[in-house]
Amino acid sequence: MVKKKSDSGKSVYGSTIDNGVASAHTLSILVDNEPGVLARVVGLYSGRGYNIESLTVAETDHANNLSRITIICSGTPMVIEQIKHQLDRLVPVHRVTDLTLQGEHVERELALIKVSSTGEKRIEALRTADIFRARVVDSTHESFVFEVTGSSAKVNAFIELMRGLGMVDVSRTGVAAMSRGTKAI
Amino acid sequence: MHAHRNYVHNEEELQRTSIVQKSRAAFGNPNRLCFLVIYEGKEIMTPPKDQTATKAQTEQDNTVHALPKTRKMTGAQMVMEALAENGVDTIFGYPGGAVLPIYDALHQQKKVKHVLVRHEQGAGHAAEGYARSTGKVGVCLVTSGPGATNVVTALTDALMDSIPMVCITGQVPTFLIGTDAFQEADTTGITRACTKHNYLVRDVNDLARIIHEAFHVARSGRPGPVLIDLPKDVQFAEGPYISKDQAPMHMYQPRTEPDMDLIEEAVELMASAKRPVFYTGGGIINAGPKASEALVKLVRETGFPITSTLMGLGSFPASDKQWLGMLGMHGTYEANWAMHDCDVMICIGARFDDRVTGALKGFSPHSKKIHIDIDPSSINKNVHVDIGIVGDAGKAAEAMLKVWKARGFKADPDAMKTWNAQIDKWRDIKCLQYKNSKDVIKPQYALERLSDAIKKDGRDTFISTEVGQHQMWAAQFLPFEKPNRWLTSGGLGTMGYGLPAAIGAQMAHPDALCIDVAGEASILMNIQELTTAVQYRLPVKIFILNNQWMGMVRQWQELLHGERYSQSYSESLPDFVKLAEAYGGIGLRATTPAELDDVIEKMMKTDKVTIVDVCVDQKENCFPMIPSGKAHNEMILSADPSQYDKKLV
Repeated sequence: MVKKKSDSGKSVYGSTIDNGVASAHTLSILVDNEPGVLARVVGLYSGRGYNIESLTVAETDHANNLSRITIICSGTPMVIEQIKHQLDRLVPVHRVTDLTLQGEHVERELALIKVSSTGEKRIEALRTADIFRARVVDSTHESFVFEVTGSSAKVNAFIELMRGLGMVDVSRTGVAAMSRGTKAI
Repeated sequence: MHAHRNYVHNEEELQRTSIVQKSRAAFGNPNRLCFLVIYEGKEIMTPPKDQTATKAQTEQDNTVHALPKTRKMTGAQMVMEALAENGVDTIFGYPGGAVLPIYDALHQQKKVKHVLVRHEQGAGHAAEGYARSTGKVGVCLVTSGPGATNVVTALTDALMDSIPMVCITGQVPTFLIGTDAFQEADTTGITRACTKHNYLVRDVNDLARIIHEAFHVARSGRPGPVLIDLPKDVQFAEGPYISKDQAPMHMYQPRTEPDMDLIEEAVELMASAKRPVFYTGGGIINAGPKASEALVKLVRETGFPITSTLMGLGSFPASDKQWLGMLGMHGTYEANWAMHDCDVMICIGARFDDRVTGALKGFSPHSKKIHIDIDPSSINKNVHVDIGIVGDAGKAAEAMLKVWKARGFKADPDAMKTWNAQIDKWRDIKCLQYKNSKDVIKPQYALERLSDAIKKDGRDTFISTEVGQHQMWAAQFLPFEKPNRWLTSGGLGTMGYGLPAAIGAQMAHPDALCIDVAGEASILMNIQELTTAVQYRLPVKIFILNNQWMGMVRQWQELLHGERYSQSYSESLPDFVKLAEAYGGIGLRATTPAELDDVIEKMMKTDKVTIVDVCVDQKENCFPMIPSGKAHNEMILSADPSQYDKKLV
């Protein structure tokens, strides 16, 4: 999953001695909203062989021309440290915050799920959506589009249930995250 | 946000203020935006109090109210103006359709001199050579499409070796971008991974600011190449020129001051060391000549032995008795063994590259490691260190010396005696020894003779190299006493680097001796730059160690690939003497050791570009060597198969 792991044994130099345990980290990156900034961040991940599990980006401060990129990636503490330093080195990057290390934080994701079915399956889909507090945002006689928000685990669970009920399409936003409490990121 | 209202007296001024504020917001410094008034690019920290202000305040008022006329000019003129303002006196380039307006502006000014190269890669390497030999930012100017793609190798080279460089590329007009226009390439896309930062300028109003910013980014922190892609219509468009002091401060301000608590901790560790070693690199050179001075003081004060990477040669005088020579794959026996056996390693401005460390699992297994680097991402990247300090190499060395003296530290004399005795035992191996011959010139012998001739000559000397065996021999056999005198492609290993780099160095130092130590294969990669040297009357010397093989490739094939010499023979070589003459230079040749001194003496006296074709032993290998995948203590001194197993890869 992370470069150093998969390459060990191949390089004659051996890999960096890293006995850490890989875990997922949520990074919040404040960047200038300028052309190519996302390509720089994503290119850094692909160029250095890191993996992105989820990525969300949008302008968050129009007046100051800033965007926030939220990336979930996994690696040992040493690899995560390296990823953060590499990100911080990019000129348009203002700040890199590791929400996972910083303390408690909330993560939310939104998904749109299209279910195409009739009869009992259609009613079951609606009941399940109710349990998950998913909203119906579009409806025809043969289909629903549900909107569900929550943790990734909740969204995953909802999608799994919908699979058997005629699900034909999924669109997910990726994770948006924020630290708990009064302090800004 | 409203503070600026106090100073604004009419609509025009209001507009001007907000324009600058907007452009400031574009590089985002939201926190400061609220507290600073930016007027005509000047930040006014303290508002003038009232009418009965002091003289100083009145003056400040005046500077606010006396609006400097913003000069209008075309984008192309701005380029020349901004280059001159950033202290550029020489640029290297090649014209083409998309940069014609800039070349037109160049023609109409006198501050910046242009050197016409014969290939854009040459422009890039020449700018690197200029930058490395002066410590200034190197500049190259090339056209769109093929001009830009040709310079990619040089940009990558500058990125790997942390060389400050600004590259300006032409681009098709903004309205043609994305249409696969003639000589269009996605230059910012292509160079994103091989520059420190790059810009595509879409609006002439941003141009001057971006050029100032590019210089700032190129030289700040860990230096590197910055590219500015400039569409042709922006070069023609008119706009206001913002001078350097009017341009707002950029948010990119890397940390240079080391953390003093960590410095204290590091110096304490050094004082307790029994077997210490300094391991220094190109960071010292990049930090300026003062950093080298600070390093020399620190090393002499502590009495510790010191080794350096290929990039760091010259930061510590090679004639000093504490000097161990270069370390790494072709480093000296004493340097590599000292690294392996040390108990405290003090790394300053080097980055634990694989050519330095060898196999990581056997790398200096018993040492505590201190690492000082200006780039936080270099710390703990390849090797875990005990104390990582982010900061400028020179400032850190000065701080360490200060603490060492202030706390009255002394190296443990008994331990140092034992350690130095051990080092002397390693030195006694005489790892650079080679078997000389009376019939055939050994490459090492050629370099020893060259080194002697340089010493006798007495001129300030700049050595560049291409890449391969000759490069390693030059690093081993030529002594460097001062920083910025050694120009070699370390990180990327670019064959064809040496000649253009020597041209760049000679442009910056017209009276110095500039020698490109080359191989016959490497030199052919940018041989066209001979014409450049002829045109500008640059007496660059090209000292070719001609063994008719891609020597390093052949060496590896001999040692590691069962002596199957696949494609490594330099077939159909030109006659280098005639070649030099055909270009309008001077060609010399030495085929026997007896001829060598004479030829070198002649070379020293030539006043134009000179190729010296030194026909050396074809079979000589570069030793000592750490075979790939082996550790420092597994280095070999000869190709004797009893010393190591040949199935290493």
